[in-house]
Amino acid sequence: MTENDIPTAYVRDKRTVRETNEQLRARIPGWGADLDPADRPSHPKLRYAPETTGAHWEFPERQPGSEGRERSIEHAFVTPVFGTAQPLTGASGAIRRLAYERFSEGRLAHWMLLVVGDRVDAWGSHLRSFATLRPDVPATGMRAEFTHGGLSSRRGRVDARHHVLDPVVVGGPWVLAAGVAVVGARRLARAVRR
Amino acid sequence: MRAMVYRGPYKIRVEEKDIPAIEHPNDAIIRVTLAAICGSDLHLYHGLMPDTRIGHTFGHEFIGVVHEVGSSVQNLKVGDRVMVPFNIYCGSCWFCARGLYSNCHNVNANATAVGGIYGYSHTTGGYDGGQAEYVRVPFADVGPAKIPDWMSDEDAVLLTDATSTGYFGAQLGDISEGDTVVVFGAGPVGLVAAQSSWLMGAGRVIVVDHLDYRLEKARDFAHAETLNFAEYQDIVVELKKQTDYLGADVVIECVGAEADGNLLQHVAGAKLKMQGGSPVALNWAIDGARKGGTISVMGAYGPIPNAVKFGDALNKGLTLRMNQAPVKRQWPRLFEHIRNGYLKPSEMVTHRFPLEEIPEAYHVFSNKLDGCIKPLIVPSAA
Repeated sequence: MTENDIPTAYVRDKRTVRETNEQLRARIPGWGADLDPADRPSHPKLRYAPETTGAHWEFPERQPGSEGRERSIEHAFVTPVFGTAQPLTGASGAIRRLAYERFSEGRLAHWMLLVVGDRVDAWGSHLRSFATLRPDVPATGMRAEFTHGGLSSRRGRVDARHHVLDPVVVGGPWVLAAGVAVVGARRLARAVRR
Repeated sequence: MRAMVYRGPYKIRVEEKDIPAIEHPNDAIIRVTLAAICGSDLHLYHGLMPDTRIGHTFGHEFIGVVHEVGSSVQNLKVGDRVMVPFNIYCGSCWFCARGLYSNCHNVNANATAVGGIYGYSHTTGGYDGGQAEYVRVPFADVGPAKIPDWMSDEDAVLLTDATSTGYFGAQLGDISEGDTVVVFGAGPVGLVAAQSSWLMGAGRVIVVDHLDYRLEKARDFAHAETLNFAEYQDIVVELKKQTDYLGADVVIECVGAEADGNLLQHVAGAKLKMQGGSPVALNWAIDGARKGGTISVMGAYGPIPNAVKFGDALNKGLTLRMNQAPVKRQWPRLFEHIRNGYLKPSEMVTHRFPLEEIPEAYHVFSNKLDGCIKPLIVPSAA
């Protein structure tokens, strides 16, 4: 490597030549339209302008029904407006309530309990669905594999390596649960026969 | 009404639900006319977001028509055609008063670290989302805006998140004239971030992904150079070579929790949920930026810790900037850019699915089948 070939990072000034602003303007629609950093919409990060938000209250009227609703213990109270979709219920609800009441968002236990609550919620729902005309399946939308080029779309892609894991990750717990159910049923039948 | 419903990881279906009711005087009920699936919806779909409850309706990108308004709503009336930012926010708390609409403190009882988001688990407030025929919109005088007559439905729905987030991501990069900008991820957010980088004066824009059809879109839509990381033994080394061994002045990370590129990290983070997602792209961003450079993180991650290379970020003197986009703060300028033809969000739309086929839509988008970049959902009542 001669001295002239030494890359920019090792010398004082840039050695590579970039396109000129005129060339960029000719090639890219709108090049430089937001060139001035002070004239960009999110500058400055904190811009005190409460009159522009549309709020016509200093503190919002409180939504009814906050009694007993879960909240992060990092909040002073249940926020004046809150979501009411899927309220806490059953065993998963008890786990989630424990996560909210006992641990702040800064504690890993808070999040791990919520993850456990999610899995309990999901498996409880799957079991209940088997008593309906619309039982859950391990994965939905699989028809698209045939209608939207499942095989051809993946050809040569680097992520195909872990796509083969999807059936294991998604279907594995179902196979395991089915196995446990079959073994349990057999043992129960054997016990009844005795 | 018909609504998309979560049934557990990798499982959704369409069910009958009650039309939402006014629960607060400043609520509105919107009849959804067009919705979209966001890349971050896939994190919910794959079970990565804690407190995602069975029965939850996803969807934070939607537009519609005002169906009903609460008693204190002043700015909207029944029949208005509106676009709704993905942020739910009050407009009056300490954070909203300073423009941090995505960090509102008055709408999410379940967490203080994140504001309110439609259809994005109870960790973001427990609000059902817009992949349904109707949706409850709190603070109707603050969030929604009437869609200008000249704007198409496709452009409007993409402004509710993807376009605004991509543009915001370029701003957080603090791009100076002539900067070399590397964008990780050629999904809708990455495509807009790349094109927006030019608007802010970038001298060179390089988009990195592994999907050739998306990289082709990055060349056409965002006029960017592209690198397929699967073609290089080490994409970081290639980025150094491409930038004369400096590294990029600015890196915009538009991938998030399900990044490919390292099988172990992907499986541990995205599949087995042993961390808050796969931090491959974030670590590449740290490695690929030049010393003293800036990283803007737009990719979404869960609240569980990630294996991120903070030591290198420190040693390189990087500036790390990130937030959920305060969408409505971007709109006036983005309306201008769309009108001038500088940004064309609707060109990213590749698929339209009826709501009844939303399980297939998620599967196609999740697995990147059929050249999918942005799928839209059309409710049956639209």
